[in-house]
Amino acid sequence: MNVDLPSVQPHSKLAIFVVLIFTFGAAMLGERVVSRDASPGRVTVVYWEKWTGQEGEEMRKVVDAFNRSQDRIFVKYLSISGVDQKTILASGGGNPPDVAGIWQEQVFQFADLGALTDLSDMARQAGLTRETYIPAYYDALSEGDTLWALPSTPASIGLHVRPDLVPPEFATPETFPETIEELDALSERISKQNPDGSLVMAGFLPSNPGWWHWGWGPLFGADLFEGGKPTLNGPETVRAFEWIAGYSKQFGPQAVQNFQSGFGNFASPQDPFMNGKVATELNGVWKANYIRVYKPDLEWFAVPMPYPKDRPDLRGHSLLSQDVLVIPRGAKRAKEAFEFIAFVQRQDVMEGLCSAHGKNSPLNNVSEAFFENHPNKAIRLFDQLARSPNAIYPSRSGFFPRVSGELANAFQEVNTGMKTPKQALDDAQARIDGLWKTYREQVARP
Amino acid sequence: MNRRHEARIGILFALPWILGFTLLLAYPLVFSLITSFTNFSVLREPKWIGLSNYQELMRDGVFLTTLQNTLLYTVGAVPLGTVLAIALAMLLNAKVKGMAVYRTLLFLPTLVPMVAQATLFLWVFNGDYGLLNAALRGIGFSPPNWLGDPAWAKWTLVLIAAWGCGQAMLIYLAGLQDVPANLYEAADLDGAKSWLKTRHITLPMISPVILFNVIMAIIGSIQVFAVPQVMFPGGAPARSTYMFAMYLYDNAFLYQRMGYASAMGWVMFLIILALTLAALRLSERHVHYETQ
Repeated sequence: MNVDLPSVQPHSKLAIFVVLIFTFGAAMLGERVVSRDASPGRVTVVYWEKWTGQEGEEMRKVVDAFNRSQDRIFVKYLSISGVDQKTILASGGGNPPDVAGIWQEQVFQFADLGALTDLSDMARQAGLTRETYIPAYYDALSEGDTLWALPSTPASIGLHVRPDLVPPEFATPETFPETIEELDALSERISKQNPDGSLVMAGFLPSNPGWWHWGWGPLFGADLFEGGKPTLNGPETVRAFEWIAGYSKQFGPQAVQNFQSGFGNFASPQDPFMNGKVATELNGVWKANYIRVYKPDLEWFAVPMPYPKDRPDLRGHSLLSQDVLVIPRGAKRAKEAFEFIAFVQRQDVMEGLCSAHGKNSPLNNVSEAFFENHPNKAIRLFDQLARSPNAIYPSRSGFFPRVSGELANAFQEVNTGMKTPKQALDDAQARIDGLWKTYREQVARP
Repeated sequence: MNRRHEARIGILFALPWILGFTLLLAYPLVFSLITSFTNFSVLREPKWIGLSNYQELMRDGVFLTTLQNTLLYTVGAVPLGTVLAIALAMLLNAKVKGMAVYRTLLFLPTLVPMVAQATLFLWVFNGDYGLLNAALRGIGFSPPNWLGDPAWAKWTLVLIAAWGCGQAMLIYLAGLQDVPANLYEAADLDGAKSWLKTRHITLPMISPVILFNVIMAIIGSIQVFAVPQVMFPGGAPARSTYMFAMYLYDNAFLYQRMGYASAMGWVMFLIILALTLAALRLSERHVHYETQ
């Protein structure tokens, strides 16, 4: 049957006309809509950064200062969630940002994927060498002659102590226990449990805040990449996990879990250190920022994490981390992007940013004014910890996130009493061996 | 107007869907199937590795753990959600004053965004100061640590899944209102009690709706992601809440193993297909269609 639809024809013409108008309009306006150029007459550098809130605003001030300092380059600053994943995908699509602010732990993962630009030549020309930085911070971002990133703000980690919750004889940085055995004895002495076993206050808990489970082995002297191969069940790491299991056994795994489930967020007054549920806590230089905001009257001090009594050579142990700036591979304005990165590395700019973020400086030269005006009263300690020969940073391998993940899982298995330390670490090693083989075959650089 | 012209107009109107389907569904599907046979890390050219990704999945202990977690979650969440949704729908089908208010209140939880829901339940299920444990302690129980104990964490997710049964409840309610009243009248004349009417009239008459909802619930449970991802990052404690979709996401976006993640995606599809076919097969004897 042939149906006559006389009214459809004008509609179809109208539809075709509308589609054509949209197509033409998109073609004409498209370039303008997606254009990166933010300031006429200047080269625009697109900078994606993970920071939001106050930290993001402080970086914006640095960007504004750079934009005011010259008239050739304009940095377009965008605060972006999931910056790591989005940078990778944008690079894959051929349109990455010119600068990306990521985490140090990801640098070698990105490098193994071929996602980063080597900064070494540009850094050399700008006079930025290993000597410019505290060595561990520079080393964590480079391998051989290749430099993958430069710091934006760094951190070191120390043991924070509440003097009101420890006996007077231990209530100063000078008299606080120096060895792990002394810390354990102190913790046992001051921890409080109800008759039913529930915890009221813990002197120390390895599971709080639970952010650096990869660091326990190195605290006892382990090398997680012994001979270039991931090693999770070495004797030092087993010893570290036995020490962790000791805390779980002392209080009871169930009691620890119940106690920890009552901990509030670290960025709140319910933080267990601030509200007195733990007397000591391993945490970064940034901890003082939160104390200042949520419990400004709190008395505290910081010391290096104690070392095993039989390993005095490990004294001054600290874990280092950094927020870093990278130039993704395929960035269209790499040279101009590096000019901005070099600006951030200037001593006055870097000290201003680190002070505003409440962190130590990654630079070798630090002004006395930085220490004197810094909001963290323990900043000299955190600077010393970063310079310590026993300061360690995440391994320079793109495989590190896997190692860290497996150790975190092993930690939970031990802390909850599901497995013995040896069993948990042997299982983790068996799994990591398979993953390492695949990683070398499929991802790692030749 | 001739047939060719009619066809052209028809295609023109269907074009947005055809384009959308081709670009946003068919192409990604085919691409992910091909990718599942490759080593692909986004920034490098995919390299053909045959069945290696699938073979590795069979040896991957974490994959098997996530598969087990997801299936256990499905076994818990689907029956619980189904029973609860039918029970609530039956209550809401009663002729009581203010029913519109009750229906709205029971449907409201479905509108809460998943991330907000997850954050809310972190407070409700907190072992120390959570509302649930406070209530349980109040009546003399010694409640578990829902979020921190590996033995309980997975079942916490199952309980939370029941919170979102409002959507299914609404569909059951529509099904219940379609059951002819004369069947109940006939049963009343025969002296049937409530349970017998439910057993022999209500459930058979809404059985096609039950089948539909169960299949949708199975698909949703196998794909569960947002709530465990927010409440239990990394599948903590000790991977007891690490779900299939979370591991797939981590492989794709954390470890950049797109080929492996694509293989996982296709295994997930096959599992859903198998469970759906099994549900359809099992339903043959139990689902009653009015046209039969």
